[in-house]
Amino acid sequence: MTDVLAITDHRRGDLRDVSYEIVTAGRQLADETGGDLHLAVISGTVDDFAEKVNREGVDAIHTVDYGEEFNHDVYTQAITQLYDDLAPQYVLAPNSVNGLDYAPAVANQLDLPIVTDTIDLETDGETLIATREMYGGKVETTNELEGPAVATIRSTEWPKAEGTGDASIEAFDADIDEGAIGSTVNGFEEVAGGDVDISEADVLVSVGRGIEEEDNLPIIEELADALDATVSSSRPIVDNGWLPKNRQVGQSGKVVTPDVYIAIGISGAVQHVAGMKGSDTIVAINTDPNAPIMDIADFAIVDDLFDVVPALTEEFQ
Amino acid sequence: MKILVTVKEVATVEDEFEIQGTEIADQYLGADLNEWDDYAIEEAVQLQEEGIADEVVTVTIGPEDCEQTIRQALAKGADRAVRVWDDALEGVDLLDVNAKTEILSAVVEEEDPDLVLTGVQAGDDSFAATGVSVAENLGFQWGAVVNHLEHGFDDDVAAVRRELEGGVEELTDIELPAVLTIQTGINEPRYASLRGIRQAQQKPMNVQSLGDIGVDESAVDSELELTDMYEPESESDVTVWEGSAEETASELGDLLRDKGVAP
Repeated sequence: MTDVLAITDHRRGDLRDVSYEIVTAGRQLADETGGDLHLAVISGTVDDFAEKVNREGVDAIHTVDYGEEFNHDVYTQAITQLYDDLAPQYVLAPNSVNGLDYAPAVANQLDLPIVTDTIDLETDGETLIATREMYGGKVETTNELEGPAVATIRSTEWPKAEGTGDASIEAFDADIDEGAIGSTVNGFEEVAGGDVDISEADVLVSVGRGIEEEDNLPIIEELADALDATVSSSRPIVDNGWLPKNRQVGQSGKVVTPDVYIAIGISGAVQHVAGMKGSDTIVAINTDPNAPIMDIADFAIVDDLFDVVPALTEEFQ
Repeated sequence: MKILVTVKEVATVEDEFEIQGTEIADQYLGADLNEWDDYAIEEAVQLQEEGIADEVVTVTIGPEDCEQTIRQALAKGADRAVRVWDDALEGVDLLDVNAKTEILSAVVEEEDPDLVLTGVQAGDDSFAATGVSVAENLGFQWGAVVNHLEHGFDDDVAAVRRELEGGVEELTDIELPAVLTIQTGINEPRYASLRGIRQAQQKPMNVQSLGDIGVDESAVDSELELTDMYEPESESDVTVWEGSAEETASELGDLLRDKGVAP
Protein backbone atom coordinates (compact mmCIF):
# COMPACT_ATOMS: atom_id res chain seq x y z
CA MET A 1 0.00 0.00 0.00
CA THR A 2 1.23 3.40 -0.94
CA ASP A 3 0.38 5.98 1.62
CA VAL A 4 0.95 9.57 0.60
CA LEU A 5 1.58 12.61 2.76
CA ALA A 6 0.74 15.81 0.85
CA ILE A 7 1.56 19.27 2.16
CA THR A 8 -0.78 22.23 1.67
CA ASP A 9 0.30 25.76 0.80
CA HIS A 10 -1.14 28.99 2.18
CA ARG A 11 -0.24 32.63 2.47
CA ARG A 12 -1.64 35.54 4.43
CA GLY A 13 -4.67 33.63 5.60
CA ASP A 14 -5.60 31.98 2.32
CA LEU A 15 -5.02 28.48 1.08
CA ARG A 16 -3.41 28.60 -2.33
CA ASP A 17 -5.01 26.72 -5.24
CA VAL A 18 -2.22 24.17 -5.34
CA SER A 19 -3.46 22.90 -1.96
CA TYR A 20 -6.52 21.50 -3.73
CA GLU A 21 -4.50 20.30 -6.72
CA ILE A 22 -2.16 18.35 -4.48
CA VAL A 23 -5.18 16.51 -3.06
CA THR A 24 -5.94 15.26 -6.59
CA ALA A 25 -2.31 14.30 -7.23
CA GLY A 26 -2.00 12.58 -3.87
CA ARG A 27 -5.29 10.72 -4.22
CA GLN A 28 -4.29 9.52 -7.68
CA LEU A 29 -1.00 8.12 -6.37
CA ALA A 30 -2.58 6.55 -3.31
CA ASP A 31 -5.35 5.01 -5.42
CA GLU A 32 -2.90 3.16 -7.61
CA THR A 33 -2.18 0.78 -4.76
CA GLY A 34 -5.08 1.43 -2.43
CA GLY A 35 -3.14 3.54 0.05
CA ASP A 36 -4.26 6.40 2.26
CA LEU A 37 -3.93 10.09 1.54
CA HIS A 38 -2.77 12.17 4.50
CA LEU A 39 -2.65 15.95 4.33
CA ALA A 40 -0.52 18.21 6.47
CA VAL A 41 -1.74 21.72 7.27
CA ILE A 42 1.06 23.62 8.94
CA SER A 43 0.90 27.12 10.53
CA GLY A 44 -1.79 29.75 10.12
CA THR A 45 -5.45 29.15 10.93
CA VAL A 46 -5.01 25.41 10.67
CA ASP A 47 -8.53 24.35 11.68
CA ASP A 48 -10.11 26.61 9.10
CA PHE A 49 -7.66 25.42 6.43
CA ALA A 50 -8.27 21.77 7.38
CA GLU A 51 -11.99 22.19 6.92
CA LYS A 52 -11.46 23.74 3.49
CA VAL A 53 -9.14 21.01 2.15
CA ASN A 54 -11.33 18.26 3.52
CA ARG A 55 -12.36 17.30 0.01
CA GLU A 56 -13.31 14.00 -1.49
CA GLY A 57 -10.54 11.41 -1.28
CA VAL A 58 -8.68 12.74 1.74
CA ASP A 59 -8.33 10.13 4.50
CA ALA A 60 -6.68 12.14 7.25
CA ILE A 61 -5.67 15.74 7.88
CA HIS A 62 -2.93 16.53 10.37
CA THR A 63 -2.79 20.08 11.65
CA VAL A 64 0.32 21.66 13.12
CA ASP A 65 -0.70 24.82 14.92
CA TYR A 66 2.57 26.70 15.11
CA GLY A 67 3.12 30.27 13.93
CA GLU A 68 1.06 32.38 11.57
CA GLU A 69 2.99 32.19 8.35
CA PHE A 70 5.29 29.87 6.51
CA ASN A 71 8.67 29.24 8.07
CA HIS A 72 10.79 26.60 6.40
CA ASP A 73 12.34 25.37 9.64
CA VAL A 74 8.90 24.77 11.17
CA TYR A 75 7.74 23.02 8.01
CA THR A 76 10.85 20.87 7.79
CA GLN A 77 10.61 19.79 11.40
CA ALA A 78 6.85 19.16 11.28
CA ILE A 79 7.00 17.18 8.03
CA THR A 80 9.92 14.99 9.06
CA GLN A 81 8.15 14.19 12.33
CA LEU A 82 4.91 13.42 10.50
CA TYR A 83 6.88 11.19 8.15
CA ASP A 84 8.37 9.28 11.06
CA ASP A 85 4.91 8.91 12.55
CA LEU A 86 2.97 7.96 9.42
CA ALA A 87 5.69 6.24 7.37
CA PRO A 88 4.16 7.19 4.01
CA GLN A 89 5.75 6.00 0.79
CA TYR A 90 5.70 9.47 -0.75
CA VAL A 91 5.81 13.03 0.48
CA LEU A 92 4.24 15.45 -2.00
CA ALA A 93 4.83 19.18 -1.81
CA PRO A 94 3.85 21.98 -4.17
CA ASN A 95 6.58 23.15 -6.51
CA SER A 96 5.89 26.65 -5.21
CA VAL A 97 8.49 29.09 -3.96
CA ASN A 98 7.78 27.87 -0.44
CA GLY A 99 7.70 24.21 -1.48
CA LEU A 100 11.17 24.65 -2.92
CA ASP A 101 12.22 26.25 0.37
CA TYR A 102 11.50 23.13 2.46
CA ALA A 103 11.02 20.02 0.28
CA PRO A 104 14.76 19.59 -0.51
CA ALA A 105 15.53 19.98 3.20
CA VAL A 106 12.92 17.38 4.12
CA ALA A 107 14.36 14.97 1.54
CA ASN A 108 17.88 15.51 2.78
CA GLN A 109 16.96 15.07 6.42
CA LEU A 110 15.00 11.90 5.71
CA ASP A 111 17.70 10.67 3.32
CA LEU A 112 15.17 10.29 0.50
CA PRO A 113 15.56 11.05 -3.18
CA ILE A 114 13.71 14.12 -4.46
CA VAL A 115 12.19 14.83 -7.84
CA THR A 116 10.91 18.34 -8.45
CA ASP A 117 8.43 20.10 -10.72
CA THR A 118 6.67 16.92 -11.73
CA ILE A 119 3.78 17.05 -14.19
CA ASP A 120 2.69 13.44 -13.82
CA LEU A 121 3.24 10.72 -11.21
CA GLU A 122 2.59 7.00 -11.29
CA THR A 123 3.48 4.16 -8.97
CA ASP A 124 3.15 0.43 -8.64
CA GLY A 125 3.80 0.75 -4.93
CA GLU A 126 7.55 0.29 -5.21
CA THR A 127 8.70 2.40 -8.15
CA LEU A 128 7.69 6.01 -8.66
CA ILE A 129 7.58 7.12 -12.28
CA ALA A 130 7.80 10.89 -12.39
CA THR A 131 7.33 12.92 -15.55
CA ARG A 132 9.02 16.29 -15.73
CA GLU A 133 10.49 18.71 -18.23
CA MET A 134 14.05 19.65 -18.99
CA TYR A 135 15.75 22.35 -21.08
CA GLY A 136 13.07 24.95 -20.43
CA GLY A 137 10.24 22.69 -21.55
CA LYS A 138 11.79 21.54 -24.81
CA VAL A 139 11.67 17.90 -23.72
CA GLU A 140 9.72 15.79 -21.30
CA THR A 141 11.41 13.01 -19.37
CA THR A 142 10.31 10.09 -17.29
CA ASN A 143 12.31 9.29 -14.20
CA GLU A 144 12.15 6.25 -11.97
CA LEU A 145 12.80 6.23 -8.25
CA GLU A 146 12.75 3.12 -6.08
CA GLY A 147 11.20 3.14 -2.65
CA PRO A 148 10.06 6.17 -0.65
CA ALA A 149 10.64 9.59 -2.19
CA VAL A 150 9.80 13.28 -2.03
CA ALA A 151 8.18 14.86 -5.09
CA THR A 152 7.06 18.40 -5.79
CA ILE A 153 4.18 18.97 -8.17
CA ARG A 154 3.81 21.76 -10.70
CA SER A 155 0.75 23.89 -10.08
CA THR A 156 -2.23 23.65 -12.46
CA GLU A 157 -1.14 20.23 -13.78
CA TRP A 158 -3.73 18.42 -11.66
CA PRO A 159 -7.33 19.59 -11.35
CA LYS A 160 -8.48 20.94 -8.02
CA ALA A 161 -10.17 18.33 -5.83
CA GLU A 162 -13.90 18.91 -5.45
CA GLY A 163 -16.60 17.58 -3.18
CA THR A 164 -16.71 17.31 0.58
CA GLY A 165 -14.58 14.71 2.27
CA ASP A 166 -14.93 12.91 5.55
CA ALA A 167 -11.30 12.89 6.61
CA SER A 168 -10.33 12.62 10.23
CA ILE A 169 -8.87 15.94 11.36
CA GLU A 170 -6.36 15.67 14.14
CA ALA A 171 -3.89 18.04 15.70
CA PHE A 172 -0.36 16.73 15.35
CA ASP A 173 1.77 17.60 18.32
CA ALA A 174 4.98 18.44 16.53
CA ASP A 175 7.97 19.01 18.75
CA ILE A 176 9.33 22.20 17.20
CA ASP A 177 12.86 23.00 18.32
CA GLU A 178 12.88 26.79 18.41
CA GLY A 179 16.64 26.84 18.71
CA ALA A 180 16.87 25.33 15.24
CA ILE A 181 14.83 28.09 13.66
CA GLY A 182 17.42 30.22 11.92
CA SER A 183 15.26 32.51 9.86
CA THR A 184 12.56 35.01 10.67
CA VAL A 185 9.87 36.23 8.32
CA ASN A 186 9.33 39.93 8.97
CA GLY A 187 6.53 40.64 6.54
CA PHE A 188 5.39 40.85 2.97
CA GLU A 189 5.34 43.49 0.32
CA GLU A 190 3.29 43.80 -2.85
CA VAL A 191 5.69 44.87 -5.53
CA ALA A 192 3.62 44.74 -8.67
CA GLY A 193 1.58 47.85 -7.92
CA GLY A 194 1.88 51.19 -9.69
CA ASP A 195 -0.04 53.37 -12.05
CA VAL A 196 -0.86 50.73 -14.66
CA ASP A 197 -2.85 47.62 -13.82
CA ILE A 198 -2.25 45.18 -16.67
CA SER A 199 -4.85 42.81 -15.23
CA GLU A 200 -7.53 45.38 -16.17
CA ALA A 201 -6.51 45.71 -19.83
CA ASP A 202 -8.72 44.42 -22.67
CA VAL A 203 -5.80 44.08 -25.04
CA LEU A 204 -2.23 43.36 -24.02
CA VAL A 205 0.73 43.73 -26.32
CA SER A 206 3.24 41.61 -24.46
CA VAL A 207 6.93 41.53 -25.23
CA GLY A 208 9.63 38.98 -24.41
CA ARG A 209 13.28 38.18 -24.89
CA GLY A 210 12.85 38.21 -28.69
CA ILE A 211 12.93 42.01 -28.63
CA GLU A 212 16.69 41.65 -28.03
CA GLU A 213 17.47 45.18 -26.85
CA GLU A 214 15.87 47.92 -24.83
CA ASP A 215 16.31 50.25 -27.81
CA ASN A 216 13.87 48.10 -29.76
CA LEU A 217 11.03 48.55 -27.27
CA PRO A 218 9.54 51.62 -29.03
CA ILE A 219 8.17 49.44 -31.85
CA ILE A 220 6.10 47.59 -29.24
CA GLU A 221 4.95 50.84 -27.66
CA GLU A 222 3.97 52.23 -31.06
CA LEU A 223 1.87 49.15 -31.75
CA ALA A 224 0.21 49.41 -28.34
CA ASP A 225 -0.53 53.09 -29.01
CA ALA A 226 -2.05 52.31 -32.39
CA LEU A 227 -4.27 49.62 -30.83
CA ASP A 228 -5.04 51.61 -27.69
CA ALA A 229 -3.63 48.58 -25.85
CA THR A 230 -1.42 48.17 -22.80
CA VAL A 231 2.19 46.96 -22.88
CA SER A 232 3.09 43.99 -20.70
CA SER A 233 6.04 41.62 -20.73
CA SER A 234 7.59 38.33 -19.74
CA ARG A 235 10.12 38.07 -16.97
CA PRO A 236 13.44 38.78 -18.75
CA ILE A 237 12.28 42.24 -19.80
CA VAL A 238 11.59 43.16 -16.18
CA ASP A 239 14.79 41.45 -14.97
CA ASN A 240 16.71 43.66 -17.39
CA GLY A 241 15.02 46.72 -15.98
CA TRP A 242 13.50 47.64 -19.35
CA LEU A 243 9.96 47.72 -17.94
CA PRO A 244 8.76 48.03 -14.34
CA LYS A 245 7.66 45.02 -12.30
CA ASN A 246 3.97 45.95 -12.61
CA ARG A 247 4.14 45.01 -16.31
CA GLN A 248 5.26 41.43 -15.70
CA VAL A 249 2.85 38.66 -16.62
CA GLY A 250 3.41 35.29 -14.97
CA GLN A 251 3.70 33.27 -11.82
CA SER A 252 5.75 35.87 -9.98
CA GLY A 253 4.06 38.77 -11.76
CA LYS A 254 0.41 39.27 -12.56
CA VAL A 255 -2.28 36.96 -13.81
CA VAL A 256 -4.07 38.54 -16.76
CA THR A 257 -7.22 37.64 -18.69
CA PRO A 258 -7.57 40.15 -21.52
CA ASP A 259 -9.79 39.71 -24.58
CA VAL A 260 -6.68 39.54 -26.73
CA TYR A 261 -3.12 38.76 -25.64
CA ILE A 262 -0.48 39.35 -28.31
CA ALA A 263 2.72 37.54 -27.25
CA ILE A 264 5.62 39.03 -29.18
CA GLY A 265 8.97 37.28 -28.99
CA ILE A 266 7.84 35.27 -25.98
CA SER A 267 8.78 31.58 -25.99
CA GLY A 268 6.18 30.67 -23.38
CA ALA A 269 7.96 29.31 -20.32
CA VAL A 270 5.56 27.61 -17.96
CA GLN A 271 5.89 30.43 -15.41
CA HIS A 272 4.76 32.91 -18.03
CA VAL A 273 1.95 30.75 -19.35
CA ALA A 274 0.60 30.43 -15.80
CA GLY A 275 -0.11 34.14 -15.89
CA MET A 276 -1.80 34.50 -19.28
CA LYS A 277 -3.41 31.25 -20.34
CA GLY A 278 -6.82 32.53 -19.26
CA SER A 279 -6.75 35.17 -22.02
CA ASP A 280 -9.71 34.92 -24.37
CA THR A 281 -7.68 34.94 -27.58
CA ILE A 282 -3.93 34.41 -27.67
CA VAL A 283 -1.82 35.46 -30.65
CA ALA A 284 1.87 34.53 -30.83
CA ILE A 285 4.47 36.22 -32.99
CA ASN A 286 7.65 34.17 -32.85
CA THR A 287 10.31 32.85 -35.20
CA ASP A 288 10.31 29.40 -33.55
CA PRO A 289 7.37 27.26 -34.70
CA ASN A 290 8.05 24.84 -31.83
CA ALA A 291 8.11 27.40 -29.03
CA PRO A 292 5.87 26.31 -26.12
CA ILE A 293 3.73 29.45 -26.63
CA MET A 294 2.40 27.81 -29.83
CA ASP A 295 0.73 25.13 -27.70
CA ILE A 296 -1.63 27.62 -26.12
CA ALA A 297 -1.87 30.22 -28.89
CA ASP A 298 -5.07 30.43 -30.95
CA PHE A 299 -3.33 32.22 -33.80
CA ALA A 300 0.33 32.51 -34.69
CA ILE A 301 2.67 34.27 -37.03
CA VAL A 302 5.95 32.41 -37.44
CA ASP A 303 8.09 35.29 -38.58
CA ASP A 304 10.50 37.97 -37.48
CA LEU A 305 8.79 40.33 -35.05
CA PHE A 306 10.86 43.20 -36.44
CA ASP A 307 9.04 42.79 -39.76
CA VAL A 308 5.57 41.91 -38.48
CA VAL A 309 5.15 44.44 -35.67
CA PRO A 310 5.84 47.57 -37.77
CA ALA A 311 3.58 46.21 -40.52
CA LEU A 312 0.78 45.73 -38.02
CA THR A 313 1.29 49.18 -36.52
CA GLU A 314 1.02 50.65 -39.99
CA GLU A 315 -2.36 48.96 -40.43
CA PHE A 316 -3.83 50.98 -37.62
CA GLN A 317 -2.08 54.29 -38.01
CA MET B 1 33.51 37.37 4.67
CA LYS B 2 34.13 34.52 2.29
CA ILE B 3 31.58 33.70 -0.39
CA LEU B 4 31.30 30.47 -2.34
CA VAL B 5 29.29 30.55 -5.57
CA THR B 6 28.14 27.42 -7.32
CA VAL B 7 28.65 27.72 -11.05
CA LYS B 8 27.23 25.28 -13.53
CA GLU B 9 27.80 24.94 -17.22
CA VAL B 10 24.39 24.07 -18.61
CA ALA B 11 23.51 22.43 -21.88
CA THR B 12 21.54 24.58 -24.29
CA VAL B 13 19.37 23.13 -27.03
CA GLU B 14 18.79 24.46 -30.53
CA ASP B 15 15.24 25.15 -31.73
CA GLU B 16 15.32 22.03 -33.91
CA PHE B 17 16.88 18.91 -32.39
CA GLU B 18 16.80 15.14 -32.26
CA ILE B 19 16.69 12.84 -29.28
CA GLN B 20 18.80 9.70 -29.08
CA GLY B 21 17.69 7.43 -26.26
CA THR B 22 17.57 9.55 -23.15
CA GLU B 23 19.77 12.31 -24.52
CA ILE B 24 19.59 15.10 -27.04
CA ALA B 25 22.01 14.34 -29.85
CA ASP B 26 25.32 16.15 -29.34
CA GLN B 27 25.18 18.22 -32.49
CA TYR B 28 22.11 20.10 -31.23
CA LEU B 29 23.64 20.99 -27.89
CA GLY B 30 25.55 24.05 -26.86
CA ALA B 31 26.98 25.06 -23.51
CA ASP B 32 26.58 28.18 -21.46
CA LEU B 33 26.98 29.58 -17.98
CA ASN B 34 23.74 28.87 -16.13
CA GLU B 35 21.69 32.06 -16.27
CA TRP B 36 20.72 31.99 -12.57
CA ASP B 37 24.35 31.42 -11.54
CA ASP B 38 25.36 34.52 -13.49
CA TYR B 39 23.25 36.59 -11.10
CA ALA B 40 24.73 34.77 -8.11
CA ILE B 41 28.26 35.56 -9.33
CA GLU B 42 27.34 39.20 -9.83
CA GLU B 43 25.91 39.47 -6.32
CA ALA B 44 29.08 37.99 -4.85
CA VAL B 45 31.36 40.24 -6.89
CA GLN B 46 29.37 43.32 -5.85
CA LEU B 47 29.81 42.30 -2.20
CA GLN B 48 33.52 42.03 -2.83
CA GLU B 49 33.68 45.43 -4.51
CA GLU B 50 31.91 46.96 -1.55
CA GLY B 51 34.56 45.52 0.74
CA ILE B 52 32.14 43.14 2.44
CA ALA B 53 33.50 39.95 0.93
CA ASP B 54 37.22 39.23 1.17
CA GLU B 55 37.18 36.34 -1.23
CA VAL B 56 34.82 34.91 -3.84
CA VAL B 57 35.40 31.29 -4.77
CA THR B 58 33.44 29.35 -7.37
CA VAL B 59 32.72 25.64 -7.30
CA THR B 60 31.71 23.60 -10.32
CA ILE B 61 30.97 19.96 -10.90
CA GLY B 62 32.07 19.35 -14.45
CA PRO B 63 34.68 18.00 -16.86
CA GLU B 64 37.64 19.92 -18.26
CA ASP B 65 35.46 21.12 -21.16
CA CYS B 66 33.60 23.46 -18.86
CA GLU B 67 36.69 25.39 -17.78
CA GLN B 68 35.87 28.09 -20.30
CA THR B 69 32.57 28.69 -18.54
CA ILE B 70 34.32 28.77 -15.17
CA ARG B 71 36.78 31.31 -16.60
CA GLN B 72 33.78 33.51 -17.42
CA ALA B 73 32.97 33.64 -13.72
CA LEU B 74 36.61 34.39 -12.93
CA ALA B 75 36.67 37.10 -15.60
CA LYS B 76 33.71 38.75 -13.92
CA GLY B 77 35.64 39.00 -10.67
CA ALA B 78 35.66 35.72 -8.75
CA ASP B 79 39.09 35.09 -7.22
CA ARG B 80 39.57 31.41 -7.79
CA ALA B 81 37.72 28.26 -8.79
CA VAL B 82 37.30 24.72 -7.59
CA ARG B 83 36.30 22.17 -10.18
CA VAL B 84 35.28 18.67 -9.16
CA TRP B 85 35.39 15.85 -11.64
CA ASP B 86 35.98 12.16 -11.52
CA ASP B 87 35.90 9.15 -13.84
CA ALA B 88 32.96 7.96 -11.76
CA LEU B 89 30.96 10.92 -13.06
CA GLU B 90 31.74 10.32 -16.75
CA GLY B 91 28.82 8.15 -17.73
CA VAL B 92 26.18 9.56 -15.41
CA ASP B 93 23.07 10.57 -17.38
CA LEU B 94 21.58 12.83 -14.79
CA LEU B 95 23.28 13.69 -11.54
CA ASP B 96 20.50 13.83 -8.99
CA VAL B 97 20.08 16.29 -6.15
CA ASN B 98 21.53 14.00 -3.49
CA ALA B 99 24.67 13.31 -5.51
CA LYS B 100 25.23 17.01 -6.12
CA THR B 101 24.54 17.67 -2.45
CA GLU B 102 27.24 15.22 -1.35
CA ILE B 103 29.84 16.69 -3.69
CA LEU B 104 29.07 20.36 -3.06
CA SER B 105 28.76 19.84 0.69
CA ALA B 106 32.27 18.39 0.79
CA VAL B 107 33.64 21.46 -0.96
CA VAL B 108 31.68 23.86 1.26
CA GLU B 109 33.06 22.10 4.34
CA GLU B 110 36.58 22.38 3.01
CA GLU B 111 36.23 26.05 2.05
CA ASP B 112 34.20 27.05 5.11
CA PRO B 113 32.49 30.14 3.61
CA ASP B 114 30.14 32.48 5.45
CA LEU B 115 27.77 32.64 2.53
CA VAL B 116 27.01 30.27 -0.33
CA LEU B 117 25.19 31.66 -3.35
CA THR B 118 23.63 29.35 -5.91
CA GLY B 119 21.30 30.00 -8.81
CA VAL B 120 17.66 29.15 -8.05
CA GLN B 121 17.81 26.44 -10.69
CA ALA B 122 19.84 25.14 -13.59
CA GLY B 123 18.49 25.90 -17.05
CA ASP B 124 18.95 22.31 -18.21
CA ASP B 125 17.75 19.88 -15.53
CA SER B 126 15.73 22.48 -13.57
CA PHE B 127 15.72 20.74 -10.19
CA ALA B 128 15.83 23.95 -8.15
CA ALA B 129 16.61 21.89 -5.06
CA THR B 130 20.37 21.57 -4.62
CA GLY B 131 21.05 24.79 -2.68
CA VAL B 132 18.50 24.09 0.04
CA SER B 133 19.59 20.46 0.18
CA VAL B 134 23.23 21.44 0.70
CA ALA B 135 22.25 23.89 3.44
CA GLU B 136 20.24 21.30 5.33
CA ASN B 137 22.99 18.75 4.87
CA LEU B 138 25.58 21.04 6.46
CA GLY B 139 23.42 22.61 9.15
CA PHE B 140 23.60 26.00 7.39
CA GLN B 141 20.59 28.28 7.26
CA TRP B 142 19.07 29.00 3.87
CA GLY B 143 16.67 30.99 1.75
CA ALA B 144 15.21 29.91 -1.58
CA VAL B 145 14.38 32.25 -4.46
CA VAL B 146 16.07 35.38 -3.14
CA ASN B 147 15.63 38.46 -5.31
CA HIS B 148 17.13 41.05 -3.00
CA LEU B 149 19.97 40.87 -0.49
CA GLU B 150 20.81 43.73 1.88
CA HIS B 151 24.56 44.15 1.91
CA GLY B 152 24.86 45.25 5.53
CA PHE B 153 24.82 41.83 7.22
CA ASP B 154 24.17 43.43 10.61
CA ASP B 155 24.75 40.91 13.41
CA ASP B 156 25.72 38.24 10.88
CA VAL B 157 22.23 38.17 9.46
CA ALA B 158 21.34 38.21 5.78
CA ALA B 159 18.26 40.38 5.26
CA VAL B 160 16.67 39.13 2.05
CA ARG B 161 13.56 39.32 -0.01
CA ARG B 162 12.15 36.08 -1.35
CA GLU B 163 10.13 36.37 -4.51
CA LEU B 164 6.83 34.62 -3.91
CA GLU B 165 4.14 34.13 -6.53
CA GLY B 166 1.81 36.89 -7.64
CA GLY B 167 4.02 39.95 -7.19
CA VAL B 168 4.48 39.42 -3.45
CA GLU B 169 7.86 39.45 -1.74
CA GLU B 170 8.66 38.00 1.66
CA LEU B 171 11.07 39.92 3.90
CA THR B 172 13.20 37.46 5.81
CA ASP B 173 16.22 37.53 8.09
CA ILE B 174 18.54 34.55 7.79
CA GLU B 175 21.41 33.83 10.16
CA LEU B 176 24.84 33.18 8.67
CA PRO B 177 26.37 30.90 7.58
CA ALA B 178 23.69 30.46 4.96
CA VAL B 179 22.95 29.26 1.46
CA LEU B 180 20.88 31.64 -0.66
CA THR B 181 19.43 30.56 -3.98
CA ILE B 182 19.49 33.60 -6.25
CA GLN B 183 16.67 34.56 -8.60
CA THR B 184 17.21 36.39 -11.88
CA GLY B 185 16.65 40.13 -11.72
CA ILE B 186 18.38 40.58 -8.33
CA ASN B 187 21.04 42.66 -10.11
CA GLU B 188 22.38 43.32 -13.57
CA PRO B 189 25.12 40.81 -14.38
CA ARG B 190 28.13 42.45 -15.94
CA TYR B 191 29.91 41.48 -19.10
CA ALA B 192 33.48 40.44 -18.50
CA SER B 193 35.95 43.15 -19.49
CA LEU B 194 38.89 42.34 -21.75
CA ARG B 195 41.15 42.95 -18.76
CA GLY B 196 39.01 40.60 -16.70
CA ILE B 197 39.20 37.92 -19.36
CA ARG B 198 42.99 38.22 -19.47
CA GLN B 199 43.27 38.10 -15.70
CA ALA B 200 40.98 35.10 -15.49
CA GLN B 201 43.55 32.99 -17.31
CA GLN B 202 45.97 33.50 -14.42
CA LYS B 203 43.54 32.81 -11.60
CA PRO B 204 43.86 29.52 -9.73
CA MET B 205 41.64 26.60 -10.71
CA ASN B 206 41.85 23.74 -8.29
CA VAL B 207 40.75 20.45 -9.87
CA GLN B 208 39.63 17.83 -7.38
CA SER B 209 38.56 14.22 -7.72
CA LEU B 210 35.90 12.66 -5.51
CA GLY B 211 38.69 11.02 -3.53
CA ASP B 212 40.40 14.40 -3.04
CA ILE B 213 37.31 15.85 -1.38
CA GLY B 214 36.56 12.70 0.57
CA VAL B 215 33.40 11.67 -1.25
CA ASP B 216 32.83 8.01 -1.86
CA GLU B 217 32.19 7.05 -5.49
CA SER B 218 28.92 5.43 -4.51
CA ALA B 219 27.57 8.89 -3.64
CA VAL B 220 27.14 9.63 -7.33
CA ASP B 221 24.96 6.61 -7.99
CA SER B 222 21.84 8.50 -8.86
CA GLU B 223 18.70 7.38 -7.08
CA LEU B 224 16.75 8.82 -9.94
CA GLU B 225 16.96 6.98 -13.23
CA LEU B 226 16.18 8.83 -16.42
CA THR B 227 14.17 6.29 -18.43
CA ASP B 228 12.75 8.22 -21.35
CA MET B 229 13.04 11.55 -23.13
CA TYR B 230 10.69 12.79 -25.82
CA GLU B 231 9.30 15.96 -27.30
CA PRO B 232 6.12 16.97 -25.50
CA GLU B 233 3.01 16.19 -27.48
CA SER B 234 1.59 19.39 -28.73
CA GLU B 235 -2.05 19.88 -27.87
CA SER B 236 -2.01 22.88 -30.08
CA ASP B 237 -4.82 23.73 -32.46
CA VAL B 238 -3.18 26.98 -33.38
CA THR B 239 -4.03 28.64 -36.69
CA VAL B 240 -0.77 29.73 -38.27
CA TRP B 241 -1.06 32.58 -40.73
CA GLU B 242 1.32 32.22 -43.65
CA GLY B 243 2.73 34.80 -46.02
CA SER B 244 4.77 37.97 -46.02
CA ALA B 245 4.92 40.17 -42.92
CA GLU B 246 2.39 42.50 -44.53
CA GLU B 247 0.02 39.61 -45.25
CA THR B 248 0.21 38.06 -41.79
CA ALA B 249 -0.04 41.48 -40.14
CA SER B 250 -3.14 42.09 -42.21
CA GLU B 251 -4.67 38.77 -41.00
CA LEU B 252 -3.98 39.76 -37.40
CA GLY B 253 -5.40 43.21 -38.12
CA ASP B 254 -8.61 41.65 -39.38
CA LEU B 255 -8.87 39.47 -36.28
CA LEU B 256 -8.44 42.47 -33.98
CA ARG B 257 -11.11 44.41 -35.91
CA ASP B 258 -13.46 41.41 -35.82
CA LYS B 259 -13.01 41.23 -32.06
CA GLY B 260 -13.83 44.90 -31.86
CA VAL B 261 -10.60 45.70 -30.06
CA ALA B 262 -8.93 47.71 -32.81
CA PRO B 263 -9.98 50.68 -34.88
